[in-house]
Amino acid sequence: MVEPAVEIVDLVKQYGPRRAVDGLSLTVARGSLLALLGPNGAGKTTTIEICEGFRRADSGTVRVLGLAPDDPALRPRIGVMLQDGVGGYREARAIELLRLFAGYARRPHDPGALLELVGLTDVAGTAVKRLSGGQQQRLSLALALVARPELVFLDEPTAGMDPQARRVTWDLIRRLRSDGVSVVLTTHFMDEAEQLADTVVVVDGGRVVAQGTPGELTRGGARGQIRFQTDPGLPLDLLLTDLPEGTRAEETDPGRYLVSGEVTPQLLATLTAWCARRGVLAENLTVERRTLEDVFLEVTGRTLRT
Amino acid sequence: MTTPTPTFAPAPAAAPHGRMLAAQTAIEFRLQLRNLEQVGLTLVIPLLLLFFFNLPLLYSLGVARRIEFVVPSIIALAVMSAAFTGLAIGTGFERKYAVLKRLGATALPRGVLVGGKALSVLLLEFVQVVLIAALGLALAWHPHGNLLYVLVLVVLGTAAFAGLGLLLAGTVRAEVTLAAANLIWLVLLFAGGVAIPLTKYPHAVAQVLQYLPSAALSDGLHRVLQDGRGIPLHDLLTLVVWAAVALPAAARWFRWE
Repeated sequence: MVEPAVEIVDLVKQYGPRRAVDGLSLTVARGSLLALLGPNGAGKTTTIEICEGFRRADSGTVRVLGLAPDDPALRPRIGVMLQDGVGGYREARAIELLRLFAGYARRPHDPGALLELVGLTDVAGTAVKRLSGGQQQRLSLALALVARPELVFLDEPTAGMDPQARRVTWDLIRRLRSDGVSVVLTTHFMDEAEQLADTVVVVDGGRVVAQGTPGELTRGGARGQIRFQTDPGLPLDLLLTDLPEGTRAEETDPGRYLVSGEVTPQLLATLTAWCARRGVLAENLTVERRTLEDVFLEVTGRTLRT
Repeated sequence: MTTPTPTFAPAPAAAPHGRMLAAQTAIEFRLQLRNLEQVGLTLVIPLLLLFFFNLPLLYSLGVARRIEFVVPSIIALAVMSAAFTGLAIGTGFERKYAVLKRLGATALPRGVLVGGKALSVLLLEFVQVVLIAALGLALAWHPHGNLLYVLVLVVLGTAAFAGLGLLLAGTVRAEVTLAAANLIWLVLLFAGGVAIPLTKYPHAVAQVLQYLPSAALSDGLHRVLQDGRGIPLHDLLTLVVWAAVALPAAARWFRWE
């Protein structure tokens, strides 16, 4: 049996009087991508840094690729992207630093090709400290990947990136996953978690408050709604007989309608067919699915800073 | 943009230690030479001091040929600059900017990291000694003694100073390291038996000062290079004791972030 990429059981980490991590458990399956989503101070970085061997757990067990996090045998097998900057010789040129890290590995990626892949060829000869924040992030990602790791920890990988660099980074992270690399990333961008993750774990106050696939999380509770406008005074009770049990419909203002329930393709088709039979044209029809943000608000009662 | 897309299929394995050591030494050495303050401290200032101390302006050294005293002093100073002040400041800021933390998450073992730093300091010292000797010879310096003894003294002096430098860099903030390493350098230059012979001090004071690492290194180098004497056991032993205390202390108390 292959061990999970990461297995955390009842992790606790205390800083003085504050519990940064308070009984957190999660499992990252091999080859999957798990996103730790949560507001600042939720315990994401502490959790990831314990996995990386930078901090010690106060209690609970953490196994990374079946090993203890501080096992030196783990180092060559994981790739790490720290939060806030590259963390590497600041006076070194970008390509020098990447070559150095390649020098630690037996079968590294070609540093030049990797630099091109993250779009830094033009600044290969620039000192690390002179790179912009987004460029430093991309270099940091390349450093995490150059040794062909089995598992990578990416702490807020797209923080400080412009939208285009974010897309490039997302594509790269998707490719990691499809090439069989296990990925753990932290983020406070909803769309990032929604786009990339196999599993989203929402943390708040050092605890897991929700987890599942993005689909499960957004379908969970099954609430969604459809709004449309047409002639006022439609017989909504007749409409409801065609719709699944539990669906509700109301006329919020004359001629404005709101149907709420489990929004499925069937529901939409039934609704538009019903309007068509009555000879009315539903205008401005919008389908509002529950987003990860709604889920997040529900479980944490907080908005994320994006 | 025609580079073939690499596959990220995992293939992790650490490079052999020898290769890592070579890579680490190369980057450390290059960065030392790229840092202007470091170059000033370790290469320019010793050469300037060599030139000025050789002028019979400041004070009498009580020797017939000034240069015979000045060159060994400046070699001792250069070792102190590279192995103590330069290493401490560089390492202090690497700690501050999470360089050491980041390297801790790679396959690079700490021993190889420290080894790379040690080798790059020794390489720098080699460059220093070559330049100092060249300027000395140009100023009519006639070296005496056994070069092997010089090598032993320099390596032991490096171990002692590097231990002290890492102890400092690993325990206090980078800014404090910067200030303290420069101050200690200046104090040892004048009161540590480097620029001013200890014979100029009252006997009782000299008895204490001779056990400073700078004094032991400087005295040992003078005995060999100036007087052409045999292995200076007393000085070697002093340096061994400093190294034996400082290196384990640095290993014990060094905080990596």
